Amino acid sequence: MTLTRLSAETLAARLAAKEVSSVEVTQAHLDRIAAVDGDIHAFLHISTSALATAADVDARRLDGERLSPLAGVPIAIKDVLCTIDMPSTAGSRILEGWVPPYDATVVRKLRAAHLVPLGKTNMDEFAMGSSTEHSAYGPTHNPWDLERIPGGSGGGSAAAVAAFESPLALGSDTGGPIRQPAAVTGSVGVKPTYGGVSRYGAIALASSLDQVGPVTRSVVDAAMLHDVIGGHDPRDSTSLRDPWPSFTDAARAGRDSRSLAGVRVGVVKELNGDGFQAGVRSRFAESLEIMAAAGAEIVEVSAPNFEYAIAAYYLILPAEASSNLAKFDSVRFGMRVNPVGGGTVEEVMAATREAGFGDEVKRRIILGTYALSAGYYDAYYGSAQKVRTLIQRDFDAAFEKVDVLVSPAAPTTAFKLGEKLNDPLAMYLNDITTIPANLAGVPGMGLPMGLAPEDGLPTGLQVMAPARQDARLYSFGGAFEALLEDKWGHTLLSQAPSLEPTEMNAARGGAV
Amino acid sequence: MITTEQVAHLANLARIALTPQEIDKLAGELGIIVDAIAKVSEVAGADVPATSHPIPLTNVFRPDVPGETLTAAQALAGAPEHDGSRFKVSAILGEEQ
Repeated sequence: MTLTRLSAETLAARLAAKEVSSVEVTQAHLDRIAAVDGDIHAFLHISTSALATAADVDARRLDGERLSPLAGVPIAIKDVLCTIDMPSTAGSRILEGWVPPYDATVVRKLRAAHLVPLGKTNMDEFAMGSSTEHSAYGPTHNPWDLERIPGGSGGGSAAAVAAFESPLALGSDTGGPIRQPAAVTGSVGVKPTYGGVSRYGAIALASSLDQVGPVTRSVVDAAMLHDVIGGHDPRDSTSLRDPWPSFTDAARAGRDSRSLAGVRVGVVKELNGDGFQAGVRSRFAESLEIMAAAGAEIVEVSAPNFEYAIAAYYLILPAEASSNLAKFDSVRFGMRVNPVGGGTVEEVMAATREAGFGDEVKRRIILGTYALSAGYYDAYYGSAQKVRTLIQRDFDAAFEKVDVLVSPAAPTTAFKLGEKLNDPLAMYLNDITTIPANLAGVPGMGLPMGLAPEDGLPTGLQVMAPARQDARLYSFGGAFEALLEDKWGHTLLSQAPSLEPTEMNAARGGAV
Repeated sequence: MITTEQVAHLANLARIALTPQEIDKLAGELGIIVDAIAKVSEVAGADVPATSHPIPLTNVFRPDVPGETLTAAQALAGAPEHDGSRFKVSAILGEEQ
């Protein structure tokens, strides 16, 4: 099997056994990127130092240095994360070419664990979107069907792992951008408990909702990456001080046992109704049968306030974003546009933001400014924060009865590029399944549950656990994934179309 | 219902020099979105407390000692314009001020 088809876990084992070098593994992935990324456009920037980093890891290994489990394994990094050696644009024109003076904490941890950054992945501008179509640098294409969206905002990270351009990627999740892209590309994505992974150096969209997490092709790979990036960071005042168990151990234990004996699985009534595609519903029903056969007790639970989640989210997110994005003032970093004939600093700022922000970002900043205006604050932002309390109460009540909650990770399979671009509300409704977890801060995982019979495209399962119980997701996900793969006789992603090498290739890699 | 005058005012507050076409388009779109999200006020009774952060923490302090900071050169590295030690901007006040 070619190196690019292997899991991070297998690559790590072969690297540790010195059967293969990190330079070979890294070169194989760079070759794959050169061959297919012209079509996929998962990457905005390819690192020029990946091979040197890999050579350094190889030298350390030969010297007998004790290395972390994922040392030498390549990884793609969502462009929302600051990297000291690569441009970090968050998919926006206003940050074109900006190279940060520091690394995000999660990036620093990757480097300390000797993973090999391959490059930066495409995303909706400032993570505002569900399709990666709002990137200022053009959309990413779904490896299963190039005419379809890869999900968003982190479609680039999901597409990179699904197209075998990288075994691992980092994503960020504000309202579902890790779990929903996982669903539509057949990959695995985890949104950790809020505060479980540092947000320092993650360009903020909505600070009370954002969370960084792993994007991979298997549950164990996600757990291994989570073990690297998680933990307390004094530079993030919302970072939790909890000691975390080994997520890798949890995922492996689940996989090895293939048992869900005694696990009480709650099916959220409100997240499986009208508007969900038939093939998504049938795969979800089958998934419940598999869980029951493995010993799980399936319980229907109701979360009546989830109905209000999207409305609350689309008030809280724009409100926080309008404040967070005020820092793009054309003074300290990023683009500056001088109006014709000059102008005051405020006029320069307004001209810069007009030229530097895309339509969706402007839409949400204006909406957020409106929601925070005197006279509307109580009715909109204040009420949305109360809805947040009600949704947390729904979760609390549900988790008194069950250990995990499950739902489809997205209501439909991947839609066509452009299909919802002119209907922002329809695009927003696509996040219905994943938003409640962000509002409540609980951890969630998206993982494959099979192909929809009507279109042959991936569907995803979402699993949610109580806050701080991320390990439960990994043991549950590890078991469920193994049960499905036993049934299929293969992984879901092995069934994705093999992409033909394209003519237009690595040349794009250097340009941001 | 959101008017073009309201959008123009909000754009000014948010410091975005929207074109008249953008203002027209946004007024229509925002009206629809605001109608859809106004339902939050249906359920939020006076007895429900607001939640600002999903997992609240209190008194997050660090020792009051100097930490790592950026050098002036690092801080200025991404600036559109600087004079070597400070950010450069155009006039703060316009002529009429």
